[in-house]
Amino acid sequence: MSVSTTVTDEADRSPSERVDVCVVGAGPAGALAAYSLAERGHDVVILEAGPRFSFEDRLRRMERFLRPAYDWLDVWEMGGDRDAYASTGELHYPLNTTRIKGIGGTTLHWLGLVPRYHEKDFEMESRYGIGEDWPISYDDLRPYYAEVEREMGVAGAEDNPFEPPRESPFPMDAFPPSYADSLFGEACEALDIAMHSTPQARNSETYDGRSQCVGYGTCAPACPSGAKYTAEVHVAKAEAEGARVIDRAPVQRLAHDDSGGRLEAVEYATPDGETHRQEARQVVLACGAIETPRLLLLSESDRYPDGLANSSGAVGRYLMEHPFAGTDGLLLDETRQNHVGFITSECHQFYDHEESTPGSLKLEFINNAEPSPVEIALGDGSWGDDLVGAIRRESGNSLRIGALVEQLPREENRVQLDTSRTDDHGNPVPDVVWSVGDHAIETMRYAQRIQRRILDEMGARITGQTDPHTPGAARHPMGTTRMGSDPETSVVDARLRTHDLENLTIASSSVFPTGGAMNPTLTIGALSLLAAEYVDEDL
Amino acid sequence: MELSRRDAIAALAAVGIGTGGVALYRSDVFDDGSTDGEATLDDPVDTMIALATVVYPSEVSGIDEFVETYVVGRVEDDETHERRTVQALTHLEGYASDEFGDSFVDLSPDERDAVLRDLGIQSARPNPDGSDVERIRYYLVNELLYALFTSPTGGELVGHENPPGHGGGLDSYQRGPDA
Ligand SMILES: Cc1cc2nc3c(=O)[nH]c(=O)nc-3n(C[C@H](O)[C@H](O)[C@H](O)COP(=O)(O)OP(=O)(O)OC[C@H]3O[C@@H](n4cnc5c(N)ncnc54)[C@H](O)[C@@H]3O)c2cc1C
Ligand code: SF4
Repeated sequence: MSVSTTVTDEADRSPSERVDVCVVGAGPAGALAAYSLAERGHDVVILEAGPRFSFEDRLRRMERFLRPAYDWLDVWEMGGDRDAYASTGELHYPLNTTRIKGIGGTTLHWLGLVPRYHEKDFEMESRYGIGEDWPISYDDLRPYYAEVEREMGVAGAEDNPFEPPRESPFPMDAFPPSYADSLFGEACEALDIAMHSTPQARNSETYDGRSQCVGYGTCAPACPSGAKYTAEVHVAKAEAEGARVIDRAPVQRLAHDDSGGRLEAVEYATPDGETHRQEARQVVLACGAIETPRLLLLSESDRYPDGLANSSGAVGRYLMEHPFAGTDGLLLDETRQNHVGFITSECHQFYDHEESTPGSLKLEFINNAEPSPVEIALGDGSWGDDLVGAIRRESGNSLRIGALVEQLPREENRVQLDTSRTDDHGNPVPDVVWSVGDHAIETMRYAQRIQRRILDEMGARITGQTDPHTPGAARHPMGTTRMGSDPETSVVDARLRTHDLENLTIASSSVFPTGGAMNPTLTIGALSLLAAEYVDEDL
Repeated sequence: MELSRRDAIAALAAVGIGTGGVALYRSDVFDDGSTDGEATLDDPVDTMIALATVVYPSEVSGIDEFVETYVVGRVEDDETHERRTVQALTHLEGYASDEFGDSFVDLSPDERDAVLRDLGIQSARPNPDGSDVERIRYYLVNELLYALFTSPTGGELVGHENPPGHGGGLDSYQRGPDA
């Protein structure tokens, strides 16, 4: 099966004349910032390490996901020397399954759930004496949340009693609950546990020229209909406003002026082996929470021997994730899994907590709790009538409740450079050091008690639970260039500008001082739009 | 469970091929299949259909038209896929005639099943770049199963009318098993 990235080798990848803004990274953070700035009339260049994937190939990417001949990394061509990394913490961090390099960034394979953070997430230290306060509040971000919901196209309903205040309805109606949700619903009602819809960046109707969801059921890692939002949308909008996009142009380092107070240029490599310098008045770094600190560390100089924007020593530190705690069960009756590829109901009742620990958790009622017929058919090794038996044995009755839980920022969890190994351009690879911590372990245990109660009430047989000491990560890295008002302890200020360099802004979950337990990307997008306004002011 | 041309078109859509309503004929697509002097294939589509009669559950009918539409659509405009499919079929054919003394198409269903078992398809890794047997699993057996189980009729065989890989809309996920 030939699926090749759109080869744009003949493309002109030489730098533009000094531009107003150079945005590094074309995921949602970079794309939204670039669009917002280009729309305001600024001259913008986006540099993206990965390729531009053609939309026509998307069904073939879905096929790669469904056929066992390929693995998850093959879908979007991750891995190899370009993406080499180390993981030396207590828990292995599977970095390359947490990210995609390309126009659209990790949203090419994200799921697209986009809840807002709650007020408490911005006030952890004042409320509970743990973690940090953000230098901005929910109210500061609220208009940007609304704007990014309109930009991405979010389907949702106001049936969630725990949602923080909002000013306007969701741009699209929510997806109705699934049949499996109705099974959970009866048990939850008996237990006084509320279920409600969950906002998603997925079209429940035609929106912004993109298709309605048609139920391919493979949202993560590939939506062939275009119903799931990807940041390709805003890269295209930025281009329509005059922005220039250079793909396959990994930035190697950021170069500052003699004073050390301003960036002068962004140095990037191209597939022909050349290195170029893009000069810019303002730089927005939007490389995700692993590559952003890595690039700052790689940009060390005589003036900044510990890396750029790192006078606090916080660059790369305080890495957080959302540990995922799940409970699986089997029911005698059919549960109708895998008819769509996304979650339709959640529970945010246990999010705002009284005591500091257990912390926030978000329950997810999963619609994909088992392998699908095609995955079993292609992997089992049987055929004919035996295969029907195998599919019926291995699927049909599964249930899963998941939970994202809050993890506190800990200095020792970090991204650092591993100088013993280099990537395809000779740069030290990132070493991701991750461990869970007691607060998250206790929160996972609490989540699993609730999950067990629900499954017991349903009469399900519990077949497995995540070990809270070795959970998977929800693939939401955060915290590695934290935001704060004190330059001694944080990397960027409340306007997302680095304390050390006056024309360097960071748009990423790397700026989150604490991580909450909500999927981060709506908040990333809101911060990106906020940052773009400040950059605009400076231009 | 009756497979239809509509199922084949749905299965083709799942691999990114729109047939645009144009009827494709096998002769328009496949070369004669003869490769480096080994066994020759009378007709690749007939061999695929013969294989599908073993690989598909016995409940399935309408295999001929489904497989023809799918296989022909699948290799049209994809020369690599066509070449590799024909190579894999040639290998299958060679094994059938060497070990069973007849063309795969002319073997009984039990003999066809025995060919697959003798070749070790059940434990071969499906690998497009692998050994002959691994390619048979990938290009022939799994290809046919992919077509079937991403089509609505194939899904229904196992109680799933909108299987992943098929864009069957937003109703089925809300329906219960008895609806
Ligand atoms: C499987 C999966 C499911 C997910 N589901 C959800 C979900 O449901 N909801 C949610 O909120 N979040 C989800 N996420 C997380 C979400 O995808 C990320 O939060 C989001 O994409 C981050 O946006 P970003 O722009 O900061 O980074 P990315 O999207 O990672 O984009 C960064 C871009 O920068 C580029 N880049 C990196 N280094 C360089 C360099 N040196 N030079 C040039 N370019 C560079 C990369 O190639 C990449 O394209 C999911 C993630 C995964 C992996
Ligand atoms: S279920 Fe909807 S959003 Fe998901 S892959 Fe299919 S069309 Fe896309």
